[in-house]
Amino acid sequence: MLLAIDFALLLEKLILVVVVVFASLGIAMYTTFAERKVAAILQDRRGPNRAGPFGLLQPLADGMKLFFKEEIIPDFSSKFLFVMGPALAMLTACMTSAVIPWGDKIDFFGRSVDLQIADVNIGILYVFGVVSLGVYGIMIGSWASNNKFSLMGGLRAASQIISYELAMGISLIALLMITGTLSLKEMVVQQQHGYWNVVLQPLGFLIFLVCAFAECNRTPFDLPEAENELIGGYHTEYSSMKLGFYLFSEYINMFISSVVMATLFFGGYDIPFFDESVLAPNLAAILGIVALMTKVIAFIFLFMWVRWTIPRFRYDQLMHLGWRILIPLALFNMLATGGVILYFNK
Amino acid sequence: MSIIQIIFLLLSVMAVGSALMMITSKNPVNSVLWLIVVFFAISGHYILLNAQFLAIVNIIVYAGAIMVLFLFVVMLMNLNAETEPIKNRRLQLIGVTSGGALMLIIVSAISKIDVEQLVQINAGDSGLIKVLGMNLFKNYVLPFEISSVLFLSAMIGAVVIGKKEEIDIKK
Repeated sequence: MLLAIDFALLLEKLILVVVVVFASLGIAMYTTFAERKVAAILQDRRGPNRAGPFGLLQPLADGMKLFFKEEIIPDFSSKFLFVMGPALAMLTACMTSAVIPWGDKIDFFGRSVDLQIADVNIGILYVFGVVSLGVYGIMIGSWASNNKFSLMGGLRAASQIISYELAMGISLIALLMITGTLSLKEMVVQQQHGYWNVVLQPLGFLIFLVCAFAECNRTPFDLPEAENELIGGYHTEYSSMKLGFYLFSEYINMFISSVVMATLFFGGYDIPFFDESVLAPNLAAILGIVALMTKVIAFIFLFMWVRWTIPRFRYDQLMHLGWRILIPLALFNMLATGGVILYFNK
Repeated sequence: MSIIQIIFLLLSVMAVGSALMMITSKNPVNSVLWLIVVFFAISGHYILLNAQFLAIVNIIVYAGAIMVLFLFVVMLMNLNAETEPIKNRRLQLIGVTSGGALMLIIVSAISKIDVEQLVQINAGDSGLIKVLGMNLFKNYVLPFEISSVLFLSAMIGAVVIGKKEEIDIKK
């Protein structure tokens, strides 16, 4: 049969994709606003407060400004790759959301809708794969800029992300030993009935958190754009909305990695100390989404708090932390976890 | 044509086309980028064969890590068509001969295979992570461990080679 597709399922998933992508874009937009407000509070200032009530329209004004700026594509650069850089950064930032369970099943006019775009049995590996592709946007853009400072930023980004991916992967292995599954949905269900993984894997969570900061290029690990050494790093030559895409993809990455950390270590949409099954299914699902979002907002705040508290590392300190401290710690954590599991299963 | 055949054809055109583009592009950075597209097409084929684990590992290891290093080196050395160090006719001839010989072997090997038994699309669970893990750690545990020792020695060798230059500079 040609094109034998379940069209209702296709429509359901399509709506889910659109909602998830637009929601993450909207959240990322207001994260830029929250970042400026948090920075202002930490530095004893007022922050943006002119556009709209409490400055709430500031992100829209920022977006408008970026769109109306002159677009400059430098001579002697590869024009196609120059445009592809920010586009790839945005694409890989949005792709991760496909395997995340946003909530339990929701009953929608008699149809049970799973609040997850794809429950593949390799969910966490998919996240890992997309994260490892995320560096291409930066590398391609920085190379196509035909600028030495941009190239330095791109090379820094590549070596930084590869170095921290190792520790991240090893800390994940210890987690997978405990859960015994790669599906994010099953992990959440396990945490609903048992302990949150952060209780079982405190060291693994700490390593994962530090690596997430590095993978998102957030301060104190924002060496790729270190403005006091590299002018603007990989996006020196970018202007207008293409610059906006780079900046914006950082906020989407921050949001998505907060969601991933909440799902892996803090029970995802699980409401702590409360049995969801006593509620009506729809109410439980909606409360679950609220619980997940609360955890995510707490993580995003942590990201900002660290950014405005800890100064940037030197490049050799960054590499030292990654290779000499985090990787041995992660290996130790993996061995210890394996030993404990072996001891108790005897 | 079923939908699987359509996807198979699309992926195959993508894989072969980008492989050709990779060989023919003058700029090494473009070659690397086309090779990444080839890896994606091959991962698509793995998914059609119900080998999800292989598909995603192919992306993580090859597209995500090895090609980043390739790109890193190409960008760092700033290679391009004008500064290409080796433009030797004889080397090119040797390359074409050895590549052609390899292709001949592959074609002759494939031509003898019963096509019905070659692939089973979207059937069997040999590519799923559970079955793969059972196979590797139960049936083939010795070869698996031996190859891991081989990897370890290769890693140590790389570190030793990297260290050597540092000592020479200090002297």
